[in-house]
Amino acid sequence: MPQIVIASHLGSGRVMFLAKGSTEGSVTWGRLIETSEVAADDTRANALLALAEADANARNEVVDPYLIDVEEEGGQLRPTKYREAIRCLGPTIRQDLGKQAEGAEA
Amino acid sequence: MYRYDEFDHALVQDRVTQFRRQVERRMKGEISEEQFRPLRLMNGLYLQLHAYMLRVAIPYGTLDSRQMRKLAYIARRYDKGYGHFTTRQNIQYNWPKLEETPDILAELAEVEMHAIQTSGNCIRNVTSDQYAGAAKGEIEDPRIWCEIARQWSTLHPEFSFLPRKFKIAITGCENDRAAVKVHDIGMIMKRDAAGEVGFEVLVGGGLGRTPFVGKSIREFLPKEHFLSYMEAILRVYNQLGRRDNKYKARIKVTLHETGQEEFTRLVEEEWEAIKDSTLKLPKEEIDRIAVHFEPPEWKALDDAAPTCDARAASDPGFAAWLRHNVAEHKTPGYAIVNISVKPPGEPPGDVTDVQMEAMADMADAYSFSELRVTHVQNVTLPHVEKEQLPALYDDLAKHGLATANVGLLSDIICCPGLDYCALANARSIPVAQELTRRYTLERQQEIGDMQIKISGCINACGHHHVGNIGILGVDRKGEEHYQVQLGGSASEDASLGKIIGRGFTAEEVVEVVDKLLDTYVELREGDEAFIDTYRRVGMNPFKERVYGTA
Amino acid sequence: MALLERRDGGAAVIDDRFTRVDDEASLPDGPVIVSVSRFQAERDALLSRDGELGVWLESDESPTEIAEDLGHLAVVACNFPAFNDGRGFSYARLLRERYGYEGELRAIGEVMLEQAPFMVRSGFSTFEIQDLSDIAEFKAVVEEVRTVYQPTGDGRATAIQRRLGR
Repeated sequence: MPQIVIASHLGSGRVMFLAKGSTEGSVTWGRLIETSEVAADDTRANALLALAEADANARNEVVDPYLIDVEEEGGQLRPTKYREAIRCLGPTIRQDLGKQAEGAEA
Repeated sequence: MYRYDEFDHALVQDRVTQFRRQVERRMKGEISEEQFRPLRLMNGLYLQLHAYMLRVAIPYGTLDSRQMRKLAYIARRYDKGYGHFTTRQNIQYNWPKLEETPDILAELAEVEMHAIQTSGNCIRNVTSDQYAGAAKGEIEDPRIWCEIARQWSTLHPEFSFLPRKFKIAITGCENDRAAVKVHDIGMIMKRDAAGEVGFEVLVGGGLGRTPFVGKSIREFLPKEHFLSYMEAILRVYNQLGRRDNKYKARIKVTLHETGQEEFTRLVEEEWEAIKDSTLKLPKEEIDRIAVHFEPPEWKALDDAAPTCDARAASDPGFAAWLRHNVAEHKTPGYAIVNISVKPPGEPPGDVTDVQMEAMADMADAYSFSELRVTHVQNVTLPHVEKEQLPALYDDLAKHGLATANVGLLSDIICCPGLDYCALANARSIPVAQELTRRYTLERQQEIGDMQIKISGCINACGHHHVGNIGILGVDRKGEEHYQVQLGGSASEDASLGKIIGRGFTAEEVVEVVDKLLDTYVELREGDEAFIDTYRRVGMNPFKERVYGTA
Repeated sequence: MALLERRDGGAAVIDDRFTRVDDEASLPDGPVIVSVSRFQAERDALLSRDGELGVWLESDESPTEIAEDLGHLAVVACNFPAFNDGRGFSYARLLRERYGYEGELRAIGEVMLEQAPFMVRSGFSTFEIQDLSDIAEFKAVVEEVRTVYQPTGDGRATAIQRRLGR
């Protein structure tokens, strides 16, 4: 099962995604799930998590990084657990709020 | 209502300065998230699914129009235009930023408000009866004591790192609207044989994983010992409460495991040592605070209200609102108005900044500028002239605040659930929305008194244990699932609900409620309320209808 | 790690003249701090020994265990195994206000700077600080909130007392 790393932005509390191309010494966090670096297997996933945790401690931009399972659906990444899906999209009862409403300007 | 003096102002201002400093240290990485978390929680700031969540204290649910306008401003300027009233009479904002929170706290301090100790393992907002100062049969305004407790508990040096959170509620009426029997400390004001006013003290009530109804540990506590007795309870709890298991750390478990008799003995023993210390309340301080809760300048009115009656006779909508949302006031010519913030299909307890401003204006126009937030997540205007009820009703209707459903089926208590809360296992709001859309007002009136309470996890912020019908969302093999309980009550006749059987999907649970209501309507005798029918006939008829078997 | 002593106008780093000794270790010369169980097991020897004596309380050890012997103790330390284990605050107040202890009262373990105001008010006079950069902040933190509502043994006038002019 493919996995990505998500975390919370320290200053704003918004969900952030460990971005494509992040490597040791050069980690970036993206606002949209599409920016995620996707790990195809557990080894890669654990490496990404370690990268994320080290970066969280070093640069203090995000807190509480963790791995979530995702699947690809019509070219879009989707978390498989409904809790994480809600986290990545926004409140189901307010479609006008959260990332589901923000798009690229988030 | 209470007005800060220089000492109260100094505290909240210093607290803002302190939190600003703590946030700066955090942003610079001088303190870790682990060290910062208890500090931010003691200022009511959670990190939730989408953003931070700030829980602002509304002490004992009382606020004035100026404060309500500030809450509206904060919703507009720092959040997304709305706030959520909670079951502890607080307000929650779902989208603040950590970086801006010191500014939010500074804004609040300007109007004598704060977010101190609305989270964390410390003493939380002291809650009370939303009809305080207006209710018939009230012994004394309990908010005097809530304010005394609020000050004593604020930044208490000994009790800021308790085994777990600590919730206190105080009522001044026999008819308990403050759910005191399911609080860590519940106080019921009463008179002794000599007619002196004091408190019955209950300890160890609570909901969550192991719900309990509170136990009476002292029949009568005189006023001057109000603080020393609570200090004794807290000191025993702080030392004895479990620190090894988060789910057994509340005082209700401590009392249960120690035994009521032994626990009471320990409290009384500690109290003996401190009751005559500086904690004994000087009469001057009690009087100083009591002055703030003297009644407003009521007019000398007739109890007859011809304008109101005429409107009721010709307008069934107004008549229904009068019947369900308006309560009797102790003063002739006045009424207590409950503003329903539960319109059909909306998240219970959510209000927009526009609605908050409107409620502030209405408080000014009709209720001596005073409002109350209730633990059922509605708002109360405590002192309204009966003859002004038609005008108020029309104003409320303009803002979607006149749904005539207080105390009825669609007056649901509901936590934010998995749509917002990191602790949740399932969504709660969509279930509430479905239920409130499903039943016409006529059907709800036919059903009568009905308290449905919905929680998205076992922490029970939605009070499902004490709902006539309680619904608990759980995660069952990766799917949202709902358990149904019957027979709970949060009033003076407090009882915990019992689970009816295996759980249901979101679609099924709405059908289940249908069946429960049908069963009730068929079985009730006279004008028995649901809870009374349930208590009379028991679980079996309901189970049979829902599952097809007893 | 440093030992901070509360002084008017802040705090100062002081030398720790005490050695904290594990239950199994032999006692060195000079001032020592031992556990409650060791104190109870070797009481007579410890009391007749040359050198100052201190005892540390774990967070599940109440001061009642040593209340009778406080007159012999130069220091009592309360261990905070985690900063959210707040039992030490009650122990400190009991030691000061119930049992009249006047010696050094030391907070050890997970001592967080931001808890200092509560620790000082509860009666602690010295603090084992892990992060030396906290020292400069100590005074500011302890005096940050000008109003106190609760009476403790620290003698600070509460809001009620100030209102009544006491």
